[in-house]
Amino acid sequence: MFKKTVIAAALCVAAALAGSAGAQQPQPYIPLISKGFQHQFWQAVKAGAEQAGKDYNVRITFEGPETEAMVDKQIDMLSSALAKHPSAIGFAALDSQAALPLLKKAQAAKIPVIAFDSGVDSDIPATTATTDNKAAAALAADKMAQLIGDAGEVGLVVHDQTSRTGIDRRDGFVERIKSAHPKVKVVSVQYGAGDHLKSTEVAKAMLQAYPNLKGIFGSNEGSAAGVVNAVRETHRKIVVIGYDSGKQQKDAIREGIEAGAITQNPVGIGYKTVEAAVKALKGEKLPKVIDTGFYWYDKTNIDDPKIAAVLYN
Amino acid sequence: MPAIDTPLARPAALAVLKNLFWRPAARQKLLAFASLVALLVFFTFASPNFMEVDNLVSILQATAVNGVLAIASTFVIVSAGIDLSVGTLMTFCAVMAGVVLTNHGMPLPLGVAAAIATGALCGLVSGTLIAKLKIPPFIATLGMMMLLKGLSLVISGTKPIYFNDTPGFSAISQDSLIGDLIPALPIPNAVLILFVLAIVASVVLERTALGRYTYAIGSNEEAIRLSGVNVDFWKIVVYALGGGICGIAGLLIASRLNSAQPALGQGYELDAIAAVVIGGTSLSGGSGTILGTIIGAFIMSVLTNGLRILSVAQEWQTVVTGVIIILAVWADILRRRTRA
Repeated sequence: MFKKTVIAAALCVAAALAGSAGAQQPQPYIPLISKGFQHQFWQAVKAGAEQAGKDYNVRITFEGPETEAMVDKQIDMLSSALAKHPSAIGFAALDSQAALPLLKKAQAAKIPVIAFDSGVDSDIPATTATTDNKAAAALAADKMAQLIGDAGEVGLVVHDQTSRTGIDRRDGFVERIKSAHPKVKVVSVQYGAGDHLKSTEVAKAMLQAYPNLKGIFGSNEGSAAGVVNAVRETHRKIVVIGYDSGKQQKDAIREGIEAGAITQNPVGIGYKTVEAAVKALKGEKLPKVIDTGFYWYDKTNIDDPKIAAVLYN
Repeated sequence: MPAIDTPLARPAALAVLKNLFWRPAARQKLLAFASLVALLVFFTFASPNFMEVDNLVSILQATAVNGVLAIASTFVIVSAGIDLSVGTLMTFCAVMAGVVLTNHGMPLPLGVAAAIATGALCGLVSGTLIAKLKIPPFIATLGMMMLLKGLSLVISGTKPIYFNDTPGFSAISQDSLIGDLIPALPIPNAVLILFVLAIVASVVLERTALGRYTYAIGSNEEAIRLSGVNVDFWKIVVYALGGGICGIAGLLIASRLNSAQPALGQGYELDAIAAVVIGGTSLSGGSGTILGTIIGAFIMSVLTNGLRILSVAQEWQTVVTGVIIILAVWADILRRRTRA
């Protein structure tokens, strides 16, 4: 009996919380299932989606698994989202193949699917709102070459060797160096899982191994923050170029430890995903890919309103 | 398996009924079951989308993997041990099935056998570390957890292994044998496997020598050792059995995702332990039932699904789940104390 009362009490709390989130109105409902949730990047995507929700008068929810390894948890989330009979769905697949049966179900139920971030490897989504990661990393490579005098050794700390974003950013950077900057040599590509601490250790080992290293590119927020930590701890003078934002990177750029970074437009990714969903519901035609854009930022333009709007802490 | 005491002459069904409703331990299962029903009733009234066939099927589907891992953990925890490697072992078994089926193109039954055998073998290693080398279970299985996580990445080349070339593999988890017979009940095979496994595991734990020794080792290892039982041997058997069951979980998750995802698995051991504990099994060993564990696993998945259906913000979902686990265990402790 006791247990029942206790659980009932806890559920009242849950119900109160639910009440605030789920006011029953006949407005369209669009859940977004992302690849992550706690990370600042995803919170910025969420903020953009919520803004679009307000602008277009649709109800938004945003969910993602704790880590990018939890493919099955993401599938469960997608499955619960479908159970709520949504008007449309925003989805960033961790593994497109694993999600295929549910995406087919959405298609059969005529629920438009809008892919975002790394997208969905299938022709079911109406469109994909994403950053051109290869072009963005190529811009990072050009900036790196420019800052080290177009000659010398550089390294990469990448967040993942299997995910689309990891592969595209690595290849975009390395290929650009090879094709456009023959005197710059990529001597090491290491992986730190996007984890601040792991990336710090990886970058320190790289600095130890290559005493003439002139620069390191960190491929996402955690990787870049790790490289910055490593530079702080070892007091080496190298050119650090990062990706995305976050408080640590922004501080490092203001202090001059990090030369600059590429920022995607996470707020824009969230906004455009919802916007595309609304358009799909109205039956408008959508392009195959919606480029959400990227920018280079450094000490000089970090407070520029256009840049500051897409950076997050 | 030789049974050690034999007054089992009365009809088994009667014994099961008596077991269900009369023993004190059974009353607690009823409480856990009542909590599960309370949850279901609450969510049904809270959202019109909850009590729909499709959603109930997704709850069942979402329970299968954690339920199987929780069964494996129940054996180990009843023996007063702990196995932190169940999640990454599951992944390792899935990867081994992938190696056999996709990389070597062997027939489906061999892949299934490979997964279960891999699990049992790894469990055997854990059990041996614990029983023979006297490494505490927490440490031995923590080591195995990391070792297997690494090996999964090494063997798979850090890439998912897909089962597209093995027809019938996705049917293990996703098709519905019951649904083919009774179209109104599209219960996925993964759930059928969970229930069949639960019944078999229940019989093993309550009706065989292995089960009796598991309880005995959990309640007083020294006493049973002094009475001449080969405790080391039975401990190893418990971990190997748990490992084999993790192999089944590996098949279920790989079949559901149509791929062996090598980075998956860490964190799943905690969900499994939570299900076991909510089901009324004591972490200090010597008591617990498979039925309780299954109810515990369902309480967790119903809660997760229901909160999602209600669109409770994700950060609060985690808070509520944590509170429920603490309350469930606390209620259980209070109940024991008032009875004593």
